[in-house]
Formats: sequence, C-alpha cells, structure tokens
Amino acid sequence: MLSDVSQRYTPWSEEVALETIGVHVKQRGPLLPVLHALQETFGYVDPRAVPLVAKALNLSRADVYGVLTFYPDLRSTLPGTVRVQVCRGEACQSVGGHALAVHATSSLGVNFGQTTADGSVTLDEVFCLGNCALGPTVTVNGRLHSRVRTAELDSLVYDGAGSDTAPSAESL
Amino acid sequence: MTTVYVPRDSSARSVGADQVAAAIELQAIRQGAAVEVVRNGSRGMMWLEPFVEVVTAHGRVGYGPVTTGDVAGLFDADFLDGGAHELGHGRTDQIPWLALQNRLTFSRVGVIDPLSVQDYQAHGGLVALRRALAMTPEQICDEVTRAGLRGRGGAGFPVGVKWRTVLDAPASPKFVTCNADEGDSGTFADRMLMEGDPFMLIEGMVIAGLAVDAHEGFVYIRSEYPDAVATMQAAIQTAYKTGWLGRRILDSDHGFDLEIRVGAGAYICGEETAMLESLEGKRGVVRAKPPLPALEGLFGKPTVVNNVLSLASVLVVLAHGADFYRGFGVGRSRGTQVFQLAGNVARGGIVETAFGITLGQMLEQFAGGTASGRPVRAVQVGGPLGAYLPPTQFDLPLDYEAFAEAGAMVGHGGIVVFDDTVDMAAQARFAMEFCAAESCGKCTPCRVGAVRGVEVIDRIVAGQDVAAGVVLLQDLCELMTDGSLCAMGGLTPMPVRSVLQHFPESMNRSAARSDQQDRPERARP
Repeated sequence: MLSDVSQRYTPWSEEVALETIGVHVKQRGPLLPVLHALQETFGYVDPRAVPLVAKALNLSRADVYGVLTFYPDLRSTLPGTVRVQVCRGEACQSVGGHALAVHATSSLGVNFGQTTADGSVTLDEVFCLGNCALGPTVTVNGRLHSRVRTAELDSLVYDGAGSDTAPSAESL
Repeated sequence: MTTVYVPRDSSARSVGADQVAAAIELQAIRQGAAVEVVRNGSRGMMWLEPFVEVVTAHGRVGYGPVTTGDVAGLFDADFLDGGAHELGHGRTDQIPWLALQNRLTFSRVGVIDPLSVQDYQAHGGLVALRRALAMTPEQICDEVTRAGLRGRGGAGFPVGVKWRTVLDAPASPKFVTCNADEGDSGTFADRMLMEGDPFMLIEGMVIAGLAVDAHEGFVYIRSEYPDAVATMQAAIQTAYKTGWLGRRILDSDHGFDLEIRVGAGAYICGEETAMLESLEGKRGVVRAKPPLPALEGLFGKPTVVNNVLSLASVLVVLAHGADFYRGFGVGRSRGTQVFQLAGNVARGGIVETAFGITLGQMLEQFAGGTASGRPVRAVQVGGPLGAYLPPTQFDLPLDYEAFAEAGAMVGHGGIVVFDDTVDMAAQARFAMEFCAAESCGKCTPCRVGAVRGVEVIDRIVAGQDVAAGVVLLQDLCELMTDGSLCAMGGLTPMPVRSVLQHFPESMNRSAARSDQQDRPERARP
C-alpha cells in the first residue's frame, strides 16, 4: 500500500509549530535548527510559521524569510511521496551522471526542484553525496544508491514508494 | 566466538552492506556458528565494498565485494577460519593497495567499531589528549606549528599559526568550529572519518580548545551526510558519558562542550566565513576579511575554523611528536594527505600517503586505470574549483607549492578521473554553471560573472566568433580571480582556464572537427 506523504508528517498546526520552535529557542544561533525541526515535523516550512519564528527569536520576518529561501534544503511546500536526489557532481559526471540526470528529468517530466503534478515524486539535484568512487549516485527517500544505471532509476523510484525514510547508521 | 566485520560506512551500505550483515547473522544461526558481526568503518577500498573481514588466528582476512548471494558459499568455504574463496583477498593489512599507504590519520578507520570506547583506546585513542593536558596552550600551538601541519580543507594555512592567533586574541569566549561541510565533488574523507572514527574528531576539537583556551565547539556537518551526523551525535553522547566531553575532561580542570549543527544544502557554507554566518543562523553569505575569523569569528569572537582532517591530524602530531609527523612529505607540504580517488577509476577510495607522490604514481599504483577501461583524458584535482590536468602533467608531485605553480591546487585531496569520452568544454561550462548555482551572491564578479561565463562558453562552443570569445573568457576569468571576495568566485576560473590551456581543441570545435560535441555518452562498464 502506497504510503501517503501527508501521513508521514504532522499536518500544519500553530500549536505544534510553537512547541517545535520552543525546543531550540535557547540555543546559540537557533534559526537553522528551528527551521530544520519545523521541516522534520511538517515535511516543509509553512509560510505561516515565518511570523511565529520571527517573534520567538526576536528577528524580523524578512530575516527569517531570507534564511528560509537561501538554503536549498528548506522547502515551503510538501514534498512528493518519493524524494529522489540525483548527484550532478563531477565525479558522478565522469561515469555517466549527466545522462542519468537527463533521464531523470525526462522520465519524470519535471525539472530539478519540482514535484510531479500528481504529487508522487519530488526530483532534486544535489552536488555531491560523498560517494564519489561508486557513482553515479542517487538517493531515494534518503537511501543512498551506487552505480545507478539509467534504466535502474525507474525501478528505484517505484521501490522508494514502498519504503519509508532510510534507517540511520545510528540504529545499527 | 568469531568476529566478522561488515562496514557501516554509507558507501558500503549503498552497495548492500546492511543486507550482507543480516545474511551473515542468519546463516550463522542456521549453521550453529558462534559469530559476532561488528559494524566497522570502511577500509576505503570502495571497489571491494561490501568488504567483509573475519578475525582469524592469522589476523584479519578480507573478502569482497560480497553480496547476499555469496554468503552461503563463504560459509561453505569456511571463511570463518580464513578459508579460500574466489572473493578472498588474504590478510587485509597485506593487501598491496593498503600496505603501500601511510595510514596515520586514517589508522583506525575501518579497523575499529567506530562507537566503541574500548576499541578507540586500544588503538591509540586519547594518547594525544593526555599529552596535551600536560602541556601549556603555547606548547601545543608550537608543537603543531613545528610539525608543519597545514589546513587540510584546501587553503593550506598552518594550523599552529592559526591557533596561536586565536590564543593571543584578548576577547572571550572563544570558539572551536569544525568545518565538515565537505561539498567538493570527489571528496569523501571527512565523511568517512566521521563515520569510521568519530572520537578522533572529538578528541581533536578538545585539544584545539586546550590550545586556544576555548570551552565550546561546533561541528558543522552538511545535510547530505545523514550517517555522519548520526554517528557523530552518538559519539558525542558517549563522550559526555565517559568524561571525554563536559565540565571535567579526563578529570582535569578543563571543560569543553561540543554540538553538531547540520547544514542545509548550500555549497558556499564550506567557505569558512559563510559557515560562521550559517552557524549564527543567517544566510550563508561570505564575510569580507579582515577581520580574520581567528580574531572576530563566530558571534564576533575569536574562533578556530578547521577542517575535519586538520583536527584529526593534530592527534598524530601530538601522539607521535612533531618530528615524526614532519618526517613525512616534501618541501613545505609536511605529513600525509588523505587523498580520495574518485570518478572513473577501477580502484577508487582513500589513499593516505605522504605528500610528494606524483599524480601519475597515484593513478598507476592505486587507481589501476579507469573503470571503463578507456584511456584517461583528464584528472581534476582539488574539487570543482580545481584544475583539469592532462596526462602530460601527470609527473606533477602532489604538494601544495608544485600544484600552485602549475596553475592547479591540491585542495582537499580529491582526485577525479575522466576517460577519453569526456567533453572538456562541457566540464568548463559546468564549472561556471556550478558557480552560478552556488554563489552566495554577495559580490558581482562571482554572481554575475559565472552567468556570463556560461553564456560565453556556449557561444565559443557554437563556433560564434571563437577568437574574440576566448579573449573575453580569459578576461572574465582574470576579473573573477582578482575581484571575488572568496574562493568560490576566485577559483571557479581555475578549471575553466585549465581547459583553455590544456584542452583548447575541445573549446574551438570548428578548428578541431574530430572533437565533435556530440560524443556518444560512454557505455557503462
């Protein structure tokens, strides 16, 4: 059964947002940890969170918005059920990464940074995943895959629909 | 009980190490064999991953690359006793690829259970810290300076001199920050060290704290490294429990607190001042220097900013002495560098060796040619901002000064190999495209220059007024080099210029019809 992305994340709630912000507010330089935490909770940083963060951290809304839009990882809309990152770094290029990137955009019908119209797949480009001796490298829902051939990408995307986020090394 | 090591390194996991570990445990139960599977870091022989090691009476014996389908056969071949198998490589420490290296900084990576405090101490951990606790801050700085250790992040600034500057700065508090935003394509040593020997980085940061009288540190790790983040977080928790972090380090009067911060996908945050801005919770926009971060860094306070490998290498210096460390290397490049062989190579991975080995030796002795089996056309050394070098330059010794003289850089030690199907003009274009995508936007030569660079390369490749285009591109490169605030804009011209210098025929296609732009995409091996 396909896991609906909205079920993996908490739906937007001001109460939960304030609680999430409160956890990090005492840290030094708390803005980035706060935005990461909000994204982890809701799957994205809702524009409605911006004034809440600004107030809690004593910043202007422009400051918060500026940071939110600077960092490629931070998104302001919910991602697709399957999140695919294709490495576009030179090491992956040297083993066919460019063809893989072209295939990814054409087969999914979206550009990098976009989600398919049906909300199923979000495609992102990434510049290096630190797996440079085993490229081309792709992540699907956070799980790293090596030596990905063009034809393999499609099945990895489908496999991703059945898997939740990759287990972290910590759980080993 | 037989101990079997299966790496937990994220590269090893990407080729099935988790499944292999589970298969070995299952097969052991089926056969009634007493097996303990330990998840170690990676030995850095990436083409052999998942690389399984068995502890035998004759030492650790390695097998790889192992798939789940091989597991039953390995048991049948009595691999638990080091039995012969077609995937067998004999004793790991006698594999020539490893035996030829000088594993100083990476001495424990792949050897120990990364989160075992017993393993860490049994393999030389804490020796450096105990020695540092008996020294004055000045003595620590002097010893690191005398060892000739230079920053491994790319700039190559002497670590001891930087520390001394922070120590002598009057303001307080002071901070120690570790730049683990390893964004250069072709580099993965920081990641492997954090995943394979996290206590080493923690110990290095505590020593840096002792050397500059700082009591608070941050490790800034890129979000693309979730396994490194998880391993470092677990190691920090353990370090607090065992008294390696906290108010009384190893029962001394010195305290040190350490925290992880995770980046958010911006390459520029690998630049030290942009990283400090990001740590402060701002956009990762570079700062003008001066003031140096050593004097006015994080939150305006004196701050050490060091790369993962710099901090880890300090342990080698203090544990074995400055003379031991500077005994490796050539000229002003002392000690070892953790090189990373990447891209189109038959045998990629971690090659830690003394400075001075030539690029050609590196490719012959270690890389073993390309993965595709085709001839090498170019090698990019030092990440996306490093030069592309043709085979005629392969006699260059890998040391900071020799590379700088040749218009190239050693950088963070990444070596990316390309075979003869590479389109060099496309690589030059990508350098500009990457800069345009990742520029923080603060200064014009980088923000606008990179976009113009893409456009002019497109026109050159299309054959529109090629001679004038090349002059314009050279001029743009000079402007970006001289006029940018940081290395992003300042070094983006390096790969572009290297293509113009070493591969001019790829840019001027009308003059070299044999080098058509529509080369077939290389078939995978």
